[in-house]
Amino acid sequence: MSFDYDKYIRPGKLPHIWCPGCGHGIVMKGLIRAIDTLGLEKNNTAIVSGIGCASRLPGYLDFCTLHTAHGRAAAFATGVKMAKPEMNVILVGGDGDGTAIGGNHFIHACRRNIDMTYIIMNNNIYGMTGGQFSPCTPTGAKASTTVYGNPDPAFDVAKLAIGAGATFVARGTAYHATQIDKLIVEAVQHKGFSVVEILDDCPTTYGRRNKFKSVIEMMNRLKDVAVPVKAAEKMTAEQLEGKILTGVLYKEERPNYTDEYAKVIERAKK
Amino acid sequence: MEKKLPTIEIIEKYCKGCHICVEFCPTKVLEMKGFVASVKNLEACIKCMQCELRCPDFAIKVTA
Ligand SMILES: Cc1ncc(C[n+]2csc(CCOP(=O)(O)OP(=O)(O)O)c2C)c(N)n1
Ligand code: SF4
Ligand code: SF4
Ligand code: SF4
Repeated sequence: MSFDYDKYIRPGKLPHIWCPGCGHGIVMKGLIRAIDTLGLEKNNTAIVSGIGCASRLPGYLDFCTLHTAHGRAAAFATGVKMAKPEMNVILVGGDGDGTAIGGNHFIHACRRNIDMTYIIMNNNIYGMTGGQFSPCTPTGAKASTTVYGNPDPAFDVAKLAIGAGATFVARGTAYHATQIDKLIVEAVQHKGFSVVEILDDCPTTYGRRNKFKSVIEMMNRLKDVAVPVKAAEKMTAEQLEGKILTGVLYKEERPNYTDEYAKVIERAKK
Repeated sequence: MEKKLPTIEIIEKYCKGCHICVEFCPTKVLEMKGFVASVKNLEACIKCMQCELRCPDFAIKVTA
């Protein structure tokens, strides 16, 4: 049966601005299906973003939405969560927004273990501004600012999140569409800061420069590099060369920030 | 008994011609007609919903 996305989209907002074959639309659909599965109420759910193509996402959704400043989704979202701890807070954005200008907010939201979910759409580039390299651009790749190849190593977003203290970390891809909603459902249900990295494609500013002949080639690359964590356990280091693990990568129970802060308020009242 | 065919609706206003639905349909039901996707062989549709699921543009709806 056809899924009714329209129920969750602001009337008159489609078609969206994303380029042909941009995976951000696939991620948005996954998020909508996850919200539907979870039965999240529109008035009790805030979707918060920074700036970038990926960060345009909340504007399409008929929920409480905040489109903030570049890299500042986590800061605004923290404010929402502190003011209304009962609210479901979901952050969305790109790799540039989240790991470059917003890197500091990102790691501290992880460290504090604030009960929110962060969906980071990693297309390895600054799409919106014309393809400058981001901290997630692979070594050797071409960007408008690394025309001779990127000398920097890339961040592993999931490892960064785990290292900084996030208590649920998962990774999917825009190719593995059915997995996206499952990961988001689990992430939202987790009590604490949950990070879902979705490996995404930007055909317009990354694909063209990096010898991908089509959107389909980019999708097939995502299909080929992804290895589910369970399958990886049975693989040798050699077989895992160049592969990227997908699925739920890390899970831990730890006191979350809003609960701990409520205790501070109680102590202050005494 | 005759097989009940699904309805495949392509919202041309939304379709950006990315080829994803055409490429990932397992039974090659769809094709590109100029810049938009279109149904070529409805009889072959196995209602797997892959096209609807993958379309980044909310442009294709399959009703079984
Ligand atoms: C303070 C500030 N600096 C720079 C910019 C310019 N800018 C807008 S979007 C963007 C990068 C977005 O890249 P990413 O977050 O990876 O998202 P994508 O567009 O790839 O989805 C930049 C640098 C800005 N809007 N504000
Ligand atoms: S520039 Fe890249 S990230 Fe932005 S909409 Fe186009 S394909 Fe997507
Ligand atoms: S439902 Fe499946 S078989 Fe039918 S057109 Fe879509 S992808 Fe092809
Ligand atoms: S996947 Fe969607 S946007 Fe792309 S060609 Fe098919 S219907 Fe059009």
